Amino acid sequence: MSQQQIHGVAAAFNSPEALLHAAKEVRKQGFSKVEAYTPFPIHGIDDVLGIPPSRLGYFVIVGGLTGTTLALLLQWWTGAGDPNSIPAWTALVPYPLVIGGKPLFAFEPSIPITFELTVLLSAFTTVFGMIGLNKLPRFYHPVFNFKNSPRITDDQFVLVIENTDPKFDAHEATRLFQNLHADAVEMIEE
Amino acid sequence: MADFALNPEMVDKVTPRLVKGNSTYKSVTDDVSRIVETKTPREWWIAFSLSVAVALMMVGMLAYLVAFGIGTWGNNSPVGWAWDITNFVWWIGIGHAGTLISAILFLFRQKWRTSINRAAEAMTLFAVAAAAQYPLFHTGRPWRAIYWLFPVPNTDLNMWQNYRSPLEWDVFAVSTYGTVSLLFWYVGLIPDLATLRDRASGVRAYIYGIFSLGWRGAARHWRHYEMAYMILAGLSTPLVLSVHTIVSFDFAVSILPGWHTTIFPPYFVAGAIFSGFAMVITLMTVARWALKLEHLITIKHLENMCKVILATGMIVGYAYGTEFFIAWYSGNPYELFTFVNRAFGPYWWAYWSMISCNVLVPQIFWFKKCRTSVPIMFIASIFINIGMWFERFVIIATSLHRDYLPGSWGYFKPTMVDICTFIGTMGLFMTLFLLFIRFLPVIAISEVKGVLAQEDQVAKHGHGAHH
Repeated sequence: MSQQQIHGVAAAFNSPEALLHAAKEVRKQGFSKVEAYTPFPIHGIDDVLGIPPSRLGYFVIVGGLTGTTLALLLQWWTGAGDPNSIPAWTALVPYPLVIGGKPLFAFEPSIPITFELTVLLSAFTTVFGMIGLNKLPRFYHPVFNFKNSPRITDDQFVLVIENTDPKFDAHEATRLFQNLHADAVEMIEE
Repeated sequence: MADFALNPEMVDKVTPRLVKGNSTYKSVTDDVSRIVETKTPREWWIAFSLSVAVALMMVGMLAYLVAFGIGTWGNNSPVGWAWDITNFVWWIGIGHAGTLISAILFLFRQKWRTSINRAAEAMTLFAVAAAAQYPLFHTGRPWRAIYWLFPVPNTDLNMWQNYRSPLEWDVFAVSTYGTVSLLFWYVGLIPDLATLRDRASGVRAYIYGIFSLGWRGAARHWRHYEMAYMILAGLSTPLVLSVHTIVSFDFAVSILPGWHTTIFPPYFVAGAIFSGFAMVITLMTVARWALKLEHLITIKHLENMCKVILATGMIVGYAYGTEFFIAWYSGNPYELFTFVNRAFGPYWWAYWSMISCNVLVPQIFWFKKCRTSVPIMFIASIFINIGMWFERFVIIATSLHRDYLPGSWGYFKPTMVDICTFIGTMGLFMTLFLLFIRFLPVIAISEVKGVLAQEDQVAKHGHGAHH
């Protein structure tokens, strides 16, 4: 198998501690393109692998403020807007209704709906932002070629040194994992 | 030198383990996945057919309602709102425990939530689905309700919603709540669906595969995932408080004696959590026994829920007292009349059922024996479910049935359609819940493993070693 055809070298470990230990060793050897695949989030792995904190929060702020703005515009425009504010072809017109002598638009009664739409759009941004940042859905990935990969969602903790690593050498990586007492080591196809 | 290290049994006495019985990562996966992988048990089919039959009764009743009109319900002047809104608020309230467990307890880092959050969130969704039937069908023409409830441009009304009305706030609150709960639930399910995918074959593997989005547990994915989960918890926490607050505005913003009180928002939220936890206990005591999950949903989990019930039950009891006190202290004769009428008027039986079920029954949870006895807590939870239904009925019916003019006083009686529709919504709820336990992991597998890893660390190195 040539180096081009393989995605990397995968090794399975049986505990989070073993994975963390192996990840530290691999990083110490100078490998930089390393990914861990685990059944549940392992605390401390981000620092070892050099993964920066998630940027998801920034997206959510933008999504949430969009919700706030839309909600206020909706409530203000439909109840107290200018009939000529939107092009006629949309056939959308505001419809002011005086109810109980209340003002056509005020901030106080607008708060509940503004709050709800802020939360709604924030939640949508959170979920779709997370899916997007993770580049999901992606139904094929080379790690699924690893014979132990079904156990990633069960009880094994997998470390992959990827072929994009400048120091990548399949045989050296295999040897390193074997020395770390991995449960299984395998070169996985792209 | 004497050995001061704590042995596991001693630790277990002080802080019982949340994952019992020598569980490993593998056994947690097996125990939870087994439920959806084994051949459908006959008991499930019996329960399911029964639930579907009851749910079909609801469908029939709603069809009858659409055909003959709202008059087939017992609502009539002076009680224009009766079982419909009572049942709506009851169901929505039940849902609140699911969000409390999944969001608020997550932010407070209460690890005991992990075994029960999945089922409780499912309960939230199905309770919201049951609740939604009432406002939808109270419109009489549910297929046109989208134009009346949401700002969808149309030629049906030719006007927009009244955003100054609490009923319109409620539309936004409940639909946002349902949507966000669904998103939260789904995000939690993704890694567990991947677990089921990796164990399944054939069509099942495809279906679980599609819904798990190709999840592979990469560390870079978990980082965004954990952030998303935390943000959703942070969003759901104020959301769940807002939902029952806004539900209470349906009443509190009106000027009717008995409804027009500022105590309603916190009182409704406490009541919602109270009734929701009771429903979680009702469901989980049965489910953990039927699905053989006693080592994952332990007595410790149930005991904690009993404590929440005791605390929120006391808040609700305090609110009953405050309402009465303010009715007298305000000096408003109409307000006082409404409350005296509640307790000693024609609906006295509903009021005292409410007091007995919601204030007296939870007091048994002061005793550890009751908090740790499954049959006792099951029976108590049923009483609380009934009590909380009566609470909403008392607030709604007793405030309406005697207004300022004695000539227009009345007495609400439910019709058969009222009763059968309500029983039918329980069938809908149970149908959805049974489908859930048949096809989806009832316990958050990946989260329980995270707790197991931490507890193993503690057991290995003793308390405090990692602080």
